[in-house]
Amino acid sequence: MHLNYEHRHSAHCESGVTSGLLSHHGLPLTEAMAFGIGSGLFFAYLPFLRMGSLPLTTYRSYPGRIFAKATTRLGVQIRRQRFRDPDAAMAALDELLEHDQPVGCQTGIYWLPYFPPGMRFHFNVHNIVVYGREGTEYLISDPVLETPMRCARDDLIRARFAPGPMSPRGHLYFVTQTPAATDRSTAVLTGIKDTCSAMSLPVVLFGYRGIRFLARRVAGWQERLGSHRAAQHLGNLIRMQEEIGTGGGGFRFIFAKFLQEAAEMLKEPRLEECSSRMTAIGDRWREFALMASRNCKGRAHETESYAALADILRDCGNREREFFQDLSKLVGELRRPKQS
Amino acid sequence: MKRTDVPQDGGLFDGMFEVQYAVDENGRYVLEESAGWEAKAIANSQFWQTVEEDIRQSIEEVRMGRSSPLRVYMALHQMDVGLLASHARFWRWQVRRHLKPHVFARLKPDLLRRYAQVFNVPLDLLVRVPENLEKWDFIHRLAHRYDPGDSAHAP
Repeated sequence: MHLNYEHRHSAHCESGVTSGLLSHHGLPLTEAMAFGIGSGLFFAYLPFLRMGSLPLTTYRSYPGRIFAKATTRLGVQIRRQRFRDPDAAMAALDELLEHDQPVGCQTGIYWLPYFPPGMRFHFNVHNIVVYGREGTEYLISDPVLETPMRCARDDLIRARFAPGPMSPRGHLYFVTQTPAATDRSTAVLTGIKDTCSAMSLPVVLFGYRGIRFLARRVAGWQERLGSHRAAQHLGNLIRMQEEIGTGGGGFRFIFAKFLQEAAEMLKEPRLEECSSRMTAIGDRWREFALMASRNCKGRAHETESYAALADILRDCGNREREFFQDLSKLVGELRRPKQS
Repeated sequence: MKRTDVPQDGGLFDGMFEVQYAVDENGRYVLEESAGWEAKAIANSQFWQTVEEDIRQSIEEVRMGRSSPLRVYMALHQMDVGLLASHARFWRWQVRRHLKPHVFARLKPDLLRRYAQVFNVPLDLLVRVPENLEKWDFIHRLAHRYDPGDSAHAP
């Protein structure tokens, strides 16, 4: 059994799955669009939550939200299921495949054998699409890999029921109905507006405030933690920003592409301008990663101290503050004539 | 990021490509395949160093009789007590107890089997310090990819 599902190599698993599933159901959508409409961009620094003894930093919204928000805003009906019993979870999956339904599955990446061992770590919110089965092997479109993969039933069970934080518990989701007509421009504007509010939340750990807070912390890392630990903290930041499926610059480039597409769709050159500004901010994040990596390696220049790193972060925070304030104003303007 | 600036440094894995968003000459966004970025690979390599260090430490602890062999398997699988507890369906305090050599030595096969299943090893291997660590060589390779000189050899 083999569905006619088009595999797309994407930067991020969740936006990739969202774009893939919706496109399959006749709503062609790029990854960047899925990411933007689903308001995927975010920032949070949560030092009281630890991943392997290092503070949790995220450049994206809470896992699962992109798919949920994007489908809601486009008027697409979906269904989700979680299971207690692995056999029931697999039976449900088989049944859906039988009905020509590609299925999104939440999995623990550590237990997916088709990844090289060095890419596997305990991370339970990796999204994949299962689009077929041959005997006991499942055909899988993993958005972050170039080509479709295969996975044995037992391994898939293990990945779908990986214990630990954010355990998937067999979580699967699929599209049940797509609307006859979608109002994409409203969806896009809602997505942007939502991102603006999230990035401007009045909480010190979130959004642009979170970035500036992180900057203040980074400045003191070397004294507080010692060189070795401080370097580990930096390495963790780089990994979160560049490795965890981000398309570069902590999702800032995907978001910039989304704004560019939005500018075209709404024929609004000011959004195009915003897109270039976001690209510049993303470049600044890359600068940070580069300098941080030199610090990790002990190759840093004298001018590349933790204070200098903090300066770049502060600059990112300030720029994003201004950026999202301007963007919010612009979107407000664009939404108003609609209502009258 | 410009299309021409998309890094092709090669990451920790040869032949793995990832999608990178970049702008072309006309300022239009395009999806480029990137072979990896050194800055990121350094951070990843550093992560594997901490894993390797934990493994080294765990083997020493077991040799000195301070921990049960469980500790080594835990380190190999990048787990902490909480994560292992949830995988083997124990309470944390139970796992902590099982990490003591004298408690572990008297553990009933039923309980041992739960750990063996998690780590996917036969029971008789689980009760010793693992000797054949070839399967885990990749950790050493990844951890030392960016060492000065040429130490990125397979041990």
